[in-house]
Amino acid sequence: MAKPDMSTPVLECNNVSISYYTRAGEIPAVVDFNMKVMPGEAVGIVGESGCGKSTVALAIMQYMGKNGDIVGGEIKFMGRDMRTMSEEELRDIRGSRISMVYQEPMASLNPSMLIKEQLNEVLIYHEGISEEEASKRSIEMLDAVRLPDPQRVMDSFPHQISGGQQQRVVIAMALLSKPQLLLLDEPTTALDVTVEAGVVELIKDISKQFGTSMIYISHNLGLILETCDKIAVMYSGEAVEFGSVSQVFDEMRHPYTRGLFNSIPLPGADRYSRPLVPIRGQLPLPHERPTGCNFGPRCDHFKDGVCNVEALHMQDVSAHLGHQVRCERYLNIDWEAAKPKAVAGEAISYGKTILQVKNMQKYYEVHDRSLKALISGKASRFVKANEKLDFEAREAETVAIVGESGCGKSTFAKVMLGLETATGGEVILNGQEIGQITVHKRTPQMVGSMQMIFQNPFETLNPSHTVGSQIGRVLRMFGVAKNKEEALEKTYKLLDLVKLPRDFAMRRPRQLSGGQKQRVGIARAFAGEAQVVVADEPVSALDVSVQAAVTGLLTDIQRERRTTMLFISHDLSVVRYLADRVVVMYLGQIMEQGDTDDIYSPPYHPYTEALLSAVPIADTSITKKHIVLEGELPSPMNPPSGCPFQTRCPRKIGAVCEDELPAVKDLGGGHKIMCHLSEEELRAMEPVIAMPSDKKKKAAAAANPGRAKAALAAASIAAIPGVDTPPVPRAKTAAKIELTVKKAPPKKAAAKKPAAKKATAKKPATGKTGPERLKKPRGKADDLKQISGVGPKLEQTLNGLGFWHFNQIAKWRKSDIAIVDDELSFKGRIERDDWVKQAKALARK
Amino acid sequence: MTDTTAEQTNTPDSNSGLKKFLSSFSLLRESWVGMIGLFLVVFWVSIAIFVDLLPLQDPLAQTRGAINLPMLTEDKKGIMHWMGTDDRGRDLLARLLHGSRVVLFWSTLATIVAYSVGMLMGVTAGYRGGWWDEIISFMGNVLLSFPQIVLLLVILTAFGPNSNVGVWMNSTLGLGKTVVSGALIIVAITFSTAPQVARIVRGIVLDLKTRDYIAAAEVRGEGPLWIMLVELLPNARGPLIVDACLRLGYVIITIALLGFLSLGLPPPDPDWGKMISDGRQWGYNGLNIMLWPALAISSLVLGLNLLADGLREISLRD
Amino acid sequence: MIQLAGKRLVQMALIMLTVSLLLFLAFEADKYSLAGKVLGAYSTQDQRLLWLEENGYNAPFVQRYFTWIINAARGDFGESVQFATPVSKLLKDHLLNTAVLGGLVFTITVSIALVLGVLSGIAEGSTRDRGITVLAVITTSVPEFASATILVAIFVFWLDILPGTSPFSNGLTWSDANQLVLPVMVLVIYNFGYYTRMTRASMAEVMTSQYVRTAILKGLPYKRVIMRHALRNALIAPFTVMILQLNYLLSGVIVTEVFFSYKGFGKLLYEAALFGDIFVIEACAMVAVFIAVFSQFVSDIGYTLLNPRIRFS
Ligand SMILES: Nc1ncnc2c1ncn2[C@@H]1O[C@H](COP(=O)(O)OP(=O)(O)O)[C@@H](O)[C@H]1O
Ligand code: SF4
Ligand code: SF4
Ligand SMILES: [Mg+2]
Repeated sequence: MAKPDMSTPVLECNNVSISYYTRAGEIPAVVDFNMKVMPGEAVGIVGESGCGKSTVALAIMQYMGKNGDIVGGEIKFMGRDMRTMSEEELRDIRGSRISMVYQEPMASLNPSMLIKEQLNEVLIYHEGISEEEASKRSIEMLDAVRLPDPQRVMDSFPHQISGGQQQRVVIAMALLSKPQLLLLDEPTTALDVTVEAGVVELIKDISKQFGTSMIYISHNLGLILETCDKIAVMYSGEAVEFGSVSQVFDEMRHPYTRGLFNSIPLPGADRYSRPLVPIRGQLPLPHERPTGCNFGPRCDHFKDGVCNVEALHMQDVSAHLGHQVRCERYLNIDWEAAKPKAVAGEAISYGKTILQVKNMQKYYEVHDRSLKALISGKASRFVKANEKLDFEAREAETVAIVGESGCGKSTFAKVMLGLETATGGEVILNGQEIGQITVHKRTPQMVGSMQMIFQNPFETLNPSHTVGSQIGRVLRMFGVAKNKEEALEKTYKLLDLVKLPRDFAMRRPRQLSGGQKQRVGIARAFAGEAQVVVADEPVSALDVSVQAAVTGLLTDIQRERRTTMLFISHDLSVVRYLADRVVVMYLGQIMEQGDTDDIYSPPYHPYTEALLSAVPIADTSITKKHIVLEGELPSPMNPPSGCPFQTRCPRKIGAVCEDELPAVKDLGGGHKIMCHLSEEELRAMEPVIAMPSDKKKKAAAAANPGRAKAALAAASIAAIPGVDTPPVPRAKTAAKIELTVKKAPPKKAAAKKPAAKKATAKKPATGKTGPERLKKPRGKADDLKQISGVGPKLEQTLNGLGFWHFNQIAKWRKSDIAIVDDELSFKGRIERDDWVKQAKALARK
Repeated sequence: MTDTTAEQTNTPDSNSGLKKFLSSFSLLRESWVGMIGLFLVVFWVSIAIFVDLLPLQDPLAQTRGAINLPMLTEDKKGIMHWMGTDDRGRDLLARLLHGSRVVLFWSTLATIVAYSVGMLMGVTAGYRGGWWDEIISFMGNVLLSFPQIVLLLVILTAFGPNSNVGVWMNSTLGLGKTVVSGALIIVAITFSTAPQVARIVRGIVLDLKTRDYIAAAEVRGEGPLWIMLVELLPNARGPLIVDACLRLGYVIITIALLGFLSLGLPPPDPDWGKMISDGRQWGYNGLNIMLWPALAISSLVLGLNLLADGLREISLRD
Repeated sequence: MIQLAGKRLVQMALIMLTVSLLLFLAFEADKYSLAGKVLGAYSTQDQRLLWLEENGYNAPFVQRYFTWIINAARGDFGESVQFATPVSKLLKDHLLNTAVLGGLVFTITVSIALVLGVLSGIAEGSTRDRGITVLAVITTSVPEFASATILVAIFVFWLDILPGTSPFSNGLTWSDANQLVLPVMVLVIYNFGYYTRMTRASMAEVMTSQYVRTAILKGLPYKRVIMRHALRNALIAPFTVMILQLNYLLSGVIVTEVFFSYKGFGKLLYEAALFGDIFVIEACAMVAVFIAVFSQFVSDIGYTLLNPRIRFS
């Protein structure tokens, strides 16, 4: 295919409106959507569920299903309006020039076809090549998406490989024909955190490797930051803000974007340094949107007569090139004041120990009825869902239990609540052993003192009964209310407690939003005099803007009532906000436990370290160590020998990790780590998340206002001995320390030093002449990001190479471009000629 | 903590169960298939209820010399037989309409019994699991491995009105012939239908049982009976109502079929299935006798099937 | 795979055993009434006792049951009271006739159902889909004996082109093939609707699945999307259910045979039931259950073979 003209956008959406037609009439799912994707650029679309992200993606593919239709605007692919294309032309483009990756990898692969066939057919139909050649290319592509043993994957059915591998296959399938545009719709939402990190790493590299433009859809701002150059924020069917990543993250000009940032937890912060501020209210349904600004009813800056007059349009933000918002009053808002303020922490006095878990074990017996098992006499095996759990919780304390799927969190909850009995060890609540008592044998008072909040808001309430009757039933069960009147009275009190109107008692669950249902769930858990509340991922299924409110409510009630809370979660950023102590589990065992601050700072358990590094962070000022775990989560049915984490541990010492279960090391203050690494080695670890708190860094940042991140990067390089000021390429990469993640083969492993780190700073090509380069200018540097195609990351790279001003770039000659191309280690991605053109234009201004 | 009470919905206030049930019928208006079904069902049900009020001949009265009259003929007494008469000179229209009562009464009763038994089995098997499930499912499988007619034939020959059991019920319990036959038919239908119901209910329960609200009930210490009856079953009602409509249709067919095979209710009460087999003996002359009940059964069952279809369509919509 | 087959076979045997026990209990637990049935209502008490003695009925129940079941397993079901011939011989002739009728019906029904079901499921909600669905509902609402009546009225009495009964007095011969038309029609009409709707539902579900969307958005030709991606997955469920439904088909066959006096298994069973020919009823029931259980077995194995998700796990 001929190289397309680099100055035409790959994709351009102009005033696109999309509607669904349902029984209730036309639902305008997306209104007046604009977006431009340049060659090699990665654009993110972020927004809460139902705001129209997927609809946009499917509209770009021109696949609206039976009841959807694009009702206005144009969608230009390489300059041609796709809406005017014939079905034949669309088919040519789909899968070859635009392709898509979906949220559910398992569902998007055909269960009854070999992966080989599903990959090859793309090439066979689009390029007309032979089966063999197609197979060859497919294998190469599987290799490129870093799948181990591509041949085996080719010969498998989708269900025979893991979720992370499936998603890599889907990505490979999308890339096979070297598309110009790749759409990714929440590609990692269905994956575990550590697996997600690997896939994100891959996605980041795609554009470098293949020069593909990307549209990355996600509800997670942190992922967008890691992968994209530009970002569109959507709210209720409209894009409300569009700009480069640094503009939107650091200088947002829309109250919704601000609110979104204020309501998401960041792993670098806790509830005192940066309290969460929820956005009040909830998303309007598409047919209930207000006149004027859709965000009006939830906006703190709403002004009658301005915001609710007529439909708003995107307008350019003055002084921000390429930055647009859909807000009438953005100039009247004090954007500094809108940031959350730190609050003084109240000291919590924990009470006596309420709950003691001592060496608790829970094994499930699984029967293997295969002939082989019967003959070898191993017909029944044990799955060690929980092995030797050992921790305590005090009154008014929140203990978070963190881990990925299958690590035994839910099993633990079941034992606590008496749905299962422990296989061994003890669970002592208030001095009484309860691990062996099922819920039916517990007294009502005991049952009431240990309650649970469930994960899925759509399942937590019985759809057949009213909210009031469900709470009332609990009150009666626990003997808290003796009769109907009393139950009703107490129900009202509980609704007050969770800040819901009293008439909700009459409602049925389907009339409540997700957040409201979760509140009812909380009310129900606190109906008895709960001493311990087990909360199983209570907010993970809620939208980000609602999460903060529910989390806040939950912790408030828990503090006030001095209840002990066991908070089960996979999300380390949420946990930091509300936990006092953290227990990190992996494959049924506790890897590390300690006070929250101990967990989030070194020494770490290697698994905790990886988990922390896998959390996407929506904060441009934070640098993070990148640890990508190899391999997949082992199945609890078949756990590895020795240390459970040994199959994926980047710090594995060697044979000892494979053979022996490590002892638990007490590092003081209740901080315990189960690992063979010596205490010194553990203590020698560096922080995974680096914040610009350091004085020096702050100073550096001040010297370069508005460019905190670039400066920070530069500053941290300066701090690394041996690498001095003049142009350092890929500054940011240098700043983050990359751990070697490839495990050595087991035999050699013993010889390997544990903390094998290497900084990947490349020496610049100083010998060559070429473009003019400057040292870091003392004054203000130009905003290179104004050149379309240059995102924050590229800008840093350019700075590192010694380019700080437009006029430097404007002066580039062809040979200079070639040199720069060499130094920018990703080729083909950006049309440098165009940079020069744009830089000239900018320099003239 | 910011106040978030503003998080409100503007959905209408709650409905009572009855209202909701009725509203699902009003929703039927949007499915013309469902409407036709509803019309047919309501038609036959009202006939069954009000048949005594209609100006009809006596369905049992035999008119001499008016045997096998074709439709729209008057007999010697000048009485109009709209549908003609049967082989004993009885008015076919009267028999047909009175027959609807017999069919609907017994089939509804049989369906209710079979459904109750089936639901109980299904919920128990699905919720309790383990041995309960193994045993119930095995029993169900045994019964389901009989083709339905074979099972009915076996049960009704082994325990029919002429068997020891039938005779015992008749003499010792002093039950009338019709009641004995009816009771046996209900038992036979329960044996053949309940396992099917159980299988469906079990499937639904297995799905519902993993929901968090069931765990919530367990966690607060509810007993299995409460969970099965109060927490599980009400949520299964959507698909079960649809299935019950279909099932009732099938039971109607079965009862008529038993009549056709002369294993049904004893004469002389009008029975659509029996009418067909009566007519069959008379070849061309009996066509009249056969055709009307055939159409009647078909239209009633069609009504139920269409109604079920409409209800299913509605339930899928939201 | 072999393991699954083995497991299913054990289950099959268990079900057959239970069924046989139930049948034996129902018909032969009360040996006096059995003697009455066999020797006729007018036999004397002495005759009956003698018969019981001669035929080993005075042995303990368990022993009697095992003798019976072992004989049954060898194909010996005793002698028909009504025809005074061995039951096994009767069965053989009648079963063959039924197999012809049933096989014909099954083949035709499945072909029609697959075509209509796929056509309607591909375009869910279209006029074609609605048309086919309504047709299917209507035909499944007309039970065999009713549709037989209506068809006889049309083709026999009105058009007079087909015979109204199918006794095949000269055996199954080509010249009498027109006798088969009505029974086959009746059964196909009643059964194809259900099969069609099942195929439709499965096809419609597959068509809205994400992997079909993936296939379309990969830019594959429509034909390939349907033939390669949709059909195979869509046909797994209907295939297995159709085989399971043989059981229900058999019910219909019995009724139809009775209606048209077709000398098949169903007619044999029905007449035996009316006559009280116990041994024939027992044999027929056992055979019917065997067919049902065996078809279940085939369906299970077929499902496993068709579905790689189960085959490889
Ligand atoms: N097939 C459909 N029919 C009717 N409404 C739909 C359909 N698909 C999506 N919608 C509605 O369109 C809006 C946008 O949905 P979607 O694009 O899926 O959002 P997101 O991907 O941001 O979660 C939502 O209100 C959703 O309910
Ligand atoms: S337009 Fe008004 S209501 Fe909307 S975001 Fe801006 S200030 Fe808030
Ligand atoms: S270093 Fe060894 S013991 Fe420690 S986590 Fe890694 S594999 Fe386990
Ligand atoms: Mg989406």
